[in-house]
Amino acid sequence: MLMTTVQLDGDQTENLSCSAGASRQAFGDRVFFAVLTGASLIAPLILLLFVAVLAYGAWPSIREFGLSFLTSSVWEPNPERERYGAFPFIVGTLISATLALALAAPAGIGIATLVNEVLPSRLRGTARFLIEILATIPSVVYGLWGVFVLAPWVSGTLQPALAKPLGFIPVFGPPYEPRNMLCAVLILAIMVLPIIVSVSLDAIRSVPASYREAALGLGATRWEMVRIAVWPPARSGFIGGCILALGRALGETMAVTMVIGNGRRISASLFAASDTVASTIANQFAEAPSDLFTAALIEMALLLFVVTLSVNVIARWLIRPAARTGARP
Amino acid sequence: MSPVYRRWKSRLFLGLMGLALLVCLVPLASLLLTLVVKGGHVISLRFLTAGWQPVGERGGGIAHAIAGSLYLLGVATLIAAPLGLAKGLFLARGDRHWLTGPVRVLLDVMSGIPAIIVGVFVYTLVVRRGGFSLGTGFSLLAGGLALAMIMLPIFARTTEEAVRAIPPSVDEAGLALGLPRRRVVLWIVLRSAVPAVLTGLFLALARVAGEAAPLLFTAFGSNAFPGSPLEPAGSLPQLLFEYARQPFEELVRQAWGAALVLVAMILAVRLLTHAYTRWRYGGHGGHA
Repeated sequence: MLMTTVQLDGDQTENLSCSAGASRQAFGDRVFFAVLTGASLIAPLILLLFVAVLAYGAWPSIREFGLSFLTSSVWEPNPERERYGAFPFIVGTLISATLALALAAPAGIGIATLVNEVLPSRLRGTARFLIEILATIPSVVYGLWGVFVLAPWVSGTLQPALAKPLGFIPVFGPPYEPRNMLCAVLILAIMVLPIIVSVSLDAIRSVPASYREAALGLGATRWEMVRIAVWPPARSGFIGGCILALGRALGETMAVTMVIGNGRRISASLFAASDTVASTIANQFAEAPSDLFTAALIEMALLLFVVTLSVNVIARWLIRPAARTGARP
Repeated sequence: MSPVYRRWKSRLFLGLMGLALLVCLVPLASLLLTLVVKGGHVISLRFLTAGWQPVGERGGGIAHAIAGSLYLLGVATLIAAPLGLAKGLFLARGDRHWLTGPVRVLLDVMSGIPAIIVGVFVYTLVVRRGGFSLGTGFSLLAGGLALAMIMLPIFARTTEEAVRAIPPSVDEAGLALGLPRRRVVLWIVLRSAVPAVLTGLFLALARVAGEAAPLLFTAFGSNAFPGSPLEPAGSLPQLLFEYARQPFEELVRQAWGAALVLVAMILAVRLLTHAYTRWRYGGHGGHA
């Protein structure tokens, strides 16, 4: 405090005594903000660097396989006739993320609605706290639980229950493997749920109370009030939350790697071991046998980067208006 | 549409939402319960303070991984804290600058990059030998860098909010006294925001402490206590991942112990920061 005062006096006298002091001050300010700006630009630069570095690392694979990398299912690390195609992993990623979202989106929006519109406000804090815990638990811990609790339940209880009446449909048909696509879908659904709930909750909360009062005043039941007055204005927030969750599900690595079984092929059955882009990278990167193999994995990373980036940009753009006008607590 | 039908329809749909909530609580409860029961059996003073032991020998612990995690988080903080601070100040107090908009958007986008890709990026740029890479090999430093890249957008965001919460009238008061703008920002605004900034730092740390994906090919993992920053280092999340894939009962047991330690550490940080913010700013948990 004392120092501040002394310094202040010094600056003031400088200001009063000559104009050179003022210009030095302005110069100091300019340097300070230039440093801040420079440091702030590092992150955007890194982002640009991302594309350049990944493209450079993937170049041998891009040159070798071209577009066939996206459509080929051959994964042949044998040095004499090395060929790599990412098609099964791309399909695995899309299927797992889409199905997870199909499970989590209705549940998440329903829970957010319930918490804000129905539950007594005393319970709201508890609900937020539980969501917080779900979001805090690391991916590897979900994976550990998935391997030792979820996967045995899926292959011991869920699979027989579904396979007996529905086994003639390929989706529920053989092969039956202990770690499989369904485990990955379920664990992804659990992991993206907190994102959907919390973004939806924000969207619902930013709906003005007068909308609800108007609906109730017209004689709507609580459900009708939700349908008429709460969901429509919150819709872009819901979609944004779901797309954000999609981005997370596409890139989610550890838990999926642990439970999906690393099947490296496309199967119609949910009970077959599969693979995603991220799980393949996690599993094989460290022990890549050749440079071309590494390049192929880096190309997959580049692919995932571009896709998740676009998904996130869309999601942020959708959430933005809701966040700006949003009535924060 | 009789009123009775509408009332029952309302009840039906609200009931379905309640059902969804209950269904979602089951895995959460199962996870926490299993974690506490299986992990609780393993944890002992020896488990927390002993290093790695070969399979078959009794008395192995996870101290090397705990130390590795702390080292990695330390390196990540050293890199991310100054950059995040500058970025937060820039975003909150550099309002008139035309770059604030793009920087904010890019930060948001950056926070959505999957962790595994950050690992691949750092591997290609820093770890790999050959090409234009720095060629450090698998190292603590590379792992810390990868974690820092994930921390940065989170910390910058919380810093921005912390600084933004200081009203502009404070700035104006300082400026009216003749202080240069840089001093106003550093001495008055930033100093008042320090508690909230630190809270944000801890939240960012809690967020990356559980990450294993970016460390797989940067810090790589190790059974030894962390040594030089240029050597591979172990960490709790990665130990968990490796042990869970092993066929040995003992290692799986240890994995559950490590998981409980990890979750307890992260939750403790989150709850403490939450309680602190509440105590300091009252009511709603402030802006954290």
